[in-house]
Amino acid sequence: MVREQAMQSNSMKQPAFDEKGKLKEKILQVEDLQVTFQTFGGVVQAVRGVTFDLHKGETLAIVGESGCGKSVTSNAIMGLIPSPPGKVTNGKVIFKGKNLTAFNKSEFRKIQGVDVSMIFQDPMTALNPTMSIGEQLTEGLRTHHKISKADAKTKAIEMLNLVGISNPHERLKQYPHQFSGGMRQRIVIAISLICEPTLLIADEPTTALDVTIQAQILELFAEIQEKTGVSIILITHDLGVVAKIADRIAVMYAGKIIEIGTKREIFYAPAHPYTKGLLNSVPRLDLLEEELQPIEGTPPDLFAPPTGCAFTARCPYAMEVCSHAYPVETSLFGQHKVDCWLQDERAKGIFS
Amino acid sequence: MIQYIIKRFFMMILTVLLIATLTFFLMHSIPGSPFDEDRTSNPTIQENLEKYYKLDQPLPVQYVNYLKAIVTFDFGPSIKKPNESVNNLLARGFPISFELGIVTILVAVLSGVTLGTLAALRHNGIIDYLAMTFAVVGISVPNFILATLFIQVFAGQLGWLPAATWQSPLHMILPTLALATGPMAIIARLTRSSMLEVMTQDYIKMARAKGLKPSRIIIRHALRNAMMPIVTIMGTMLAGILTGTFVIERIFAIPGMGKYFVESISNRDYPVIMGSTVFYSTFLIFMLFLVDIVYGILDPRIKLHKKEGESS
Ligand SMILES: Nc1ncnc2c1ncn2[C@@H]1O[C@H](COP(=O)(O)OP(=O)(O)O)[C@@H](O)[C@H]1O
Ligand code: SF4
Ligand SMILES: [Mg+2]
Repeated sequence: MVREQAMQSNSMKQPAFDEKGKLKEKILQVEDLQVTFQTFGGVVQAVRGVTFDLHKGETLAIVGESGCGKSVTSNAIMGLIPSPPGKVTNGKVIFKGKNLTAFNKSEFRKIQGVDVSMIFQDPMTALNPTMSIGEQLTEGLRTHHKISKADAKTKAIEMLNLVGISNPHERLKQYPHQFSGGMRQRIVIAISLICEPTLLIADEPTTALDVTIQAQILELFAEIQEKTGVSIILITHDLGVVAKIADRIAVMYAGKIIEIGTKREIFYAPAHPYTKGLLNSVPRLDLLEEELQPIEGTPPDLFAPPTGCAFTARCPYAMEVCSHAYPVETSLFGQHKVDCWLQDERAKGIFS
Repeated sequence: MIQYIIKRFFMMILTVLLIATLTFFLMHSIPGSPFDEDRTSNPTIQENLEKYYKLDQPLPVQYVNYLKAIVTFDFGPSIKKPNESVNNLLARGFPISFELGIVTILVAVLSGVTLGTLAALRHNGIIDYLAMTFAVVGISVPNFILATLFIQVFAGQLGWLPAATWQSPLHMILPTLALATGPMAIIARLTRSSMLEVMTQDYIKMARAKGLKPSRIIIRHALRNAMMPIVTIMGTMLAGILTGTFVIERIFAIPGMGKYFVESISNRDYPVIMGSTVFYSTFLIFMLFLVDIVYGILDPRIKLHKKEGESS
C-alpha cells in the first residue's frame, strides 16, 4: 500500500530537478554534524556525523526509530539545542552561504522564524494557552519586520485563510483551548509560515493527530509547498506519511544517516538491511497482522556507540568486518547512498 | 461575567453573616463581662451599665441588634472608651493597617517573583543557590523574630532606621520587611519551580523558534503561565499577612487596627470585637474575590460565569 501511494503521489509532486534534469539550487548543506549531551550518566552522542543537503522546493523526510537523533538534528539546524547540556561538537550547517554552527544566539534569532521555521509534534502544547491566536501569529512578524499592527493582522488573516481556518477575523481573538487538535496544528503551520521562510522543519507534525486529520494536514503541506515553494524537512517515524509527501528520504539509525535516496530508490530498492526492515514493518492492508515483521532488538546505547556498524547486533547479514569498522559510504545509482558493508565492492565479490 | 459577580456578591454576604454569627456566639461563650475589672464598683452601676449597652437583654435579642448593627454598619460606642465610636476606631486604624498590608503584599509579590524568576533562569547557578538559601531562611524564621532582630540591628546597633511608629516612608521599611519576608520567600520558591516547569513547555520552545527576544519570551510567554500557582496561594497568603499585621503592629507600636482588635478581645469590648471582625472578614472576602478575578484574567481557559454551576 505504501509503495502504491509512493507511485501515485509522485506524479503530483515537483521533483528536485528542473526541466533540464539539473539539480535545483541547494539551500541547505549539513556536513558531518555531531551533537552531544552532557548528562549525569555520561556523554550522550545523540548525533554522530550527519551529512545531507536540501534543494529549493524539496521535501526531505528523515525517518528512523524513536531516539535515533531526528529531533536533535533538526534542533541543531534551528539553533535550539539547549546548552548546557547540549553541544554541537563538530560539523557545518550551511544555509544561504552561512555556517549556522558558528552562529551565536542573537545571530540565530535573526533567522529563526524568518528564514527557518519549525513545527512541533504536539499542537496541544505548542501554543501558549494564555495568549490569543492573533498575538501568537503576529508576534514573530512584528519582531522581525517591524510592521504595523494593522498590517500584521491583515497578514495573519491571510495565513489563516491559507491553512484553511474559516472566520479568521473572529478566530484571531480566540485562545488555543477553543480549537481542536487539527485546527491547532493548522494554526501552528500558519505561525511557522507567516514570515515566508525558505526552510520549514516539521518534527513529527502528524504523530499526535488522528488518522483522518493526519491526511488533511499532509495535504496542506503539499498545497503550501506548491504555493510558496518552501523547502521542507519532514521528520517522522511513519513511512505512510513519507510515502505521501516526500521527494527524498534519509534513514537515520543511532545518530547517523545510514541510507539516503529519492523516494522511489528507498521504497523500491532499499539497500540497507535496516531500511528493508523498516519497510517490512509498515502495516500493509494486503497482509495479515502476524505477517508483520518488526525489526527485532533495540538500538545501541548512545553513551558508548559501537565503532563498527551500529546495526550489527540486529542485522541478519552481519559479517566479521561489520563490528570492527564503520562501513564506507557507497554511492549507488542516482542520488542513492548507503552505509553498509554489503554494498561495498569488496563484499560484493564475496557474495557473488 | 456580570452574572458571576452578582452570584459571588451574594455568596460574600452570606459568608460575612456566617462569620459574624460564629463570632457573636463565640464571643458570648467566653466567660466574663466587659465590666469585670470594675467589679469593685457598685453593683447598681454595673447593672445600669449593662442596661445602657443592652447587655441585659436575652441573647437572641442581642443577636438581632447585632445584625442590625452590621446592616447599618453602625456598631455604636466602644465600651472601654465610651467617647469613641467603633466606626471611628475603624476609620482611624484601618488606613494604617491597610497601608502596611498593601505595601507588604507589593514587596512580597514583586521581589518574590523577581527572585524566583532569576533563580529559575540561572538554574543551579550562584543566584539560584543564594535565592533559595534565603527562601528557606525566610520561610522558617517567624516574622516576630525577624522584627525584633531588625529592630536590634538596623534601629539599635546601626541606627539607620527608626525602631517604631508609623510616620514616614522610612518608618515603614522595617515593619514591612519583617512582615514581607515570609510570603516573599514562599512566592520566590513557588515562582522558581513553576518557572522551571514552564520553561520546558513546548510553547516556550516554539517562542524561541520564532526568534523572539529572551526578554519577551520570559515576560510575555513564561511569566504569565508561571504566575498561576502564585495567584492560587494568594488567598491563604493574604489571610496570613492580615494576621501578621496584628503582631507586627504591636511590636513596632503602629497605631493600626490590630491593637484595638487584640485589646478588645481581652477587654470583652463587644462592639469593637463585632465591628472589627465583620470589617476584617468583609475585607478579606473581597480580596479573595479580587484574586479570583485576577485568576480569570490570567487564564483564558477559566470561564468565571461557569464556575459555580458546572463541574469544572
Ligand atoms: N536534552 C537532552 N539531554 C540529554 N539527552 C538528550 C537530550 N535531548 C536528546 N537527548 C538524547 O539524544 C538522543 C536522540 O534524541 P532525539 O533526537 O530526540 O530522538 P528522535 O529521533 O526520537 O527525535 C536520545 O538518545 C536522547 O536521549
Ligand atoms: S554493515 Fe554489516 S551489520 Fe551493518 S547493516 Fe550492513 S551488513 Fe548489517
Ligand atoms: Mg523526536
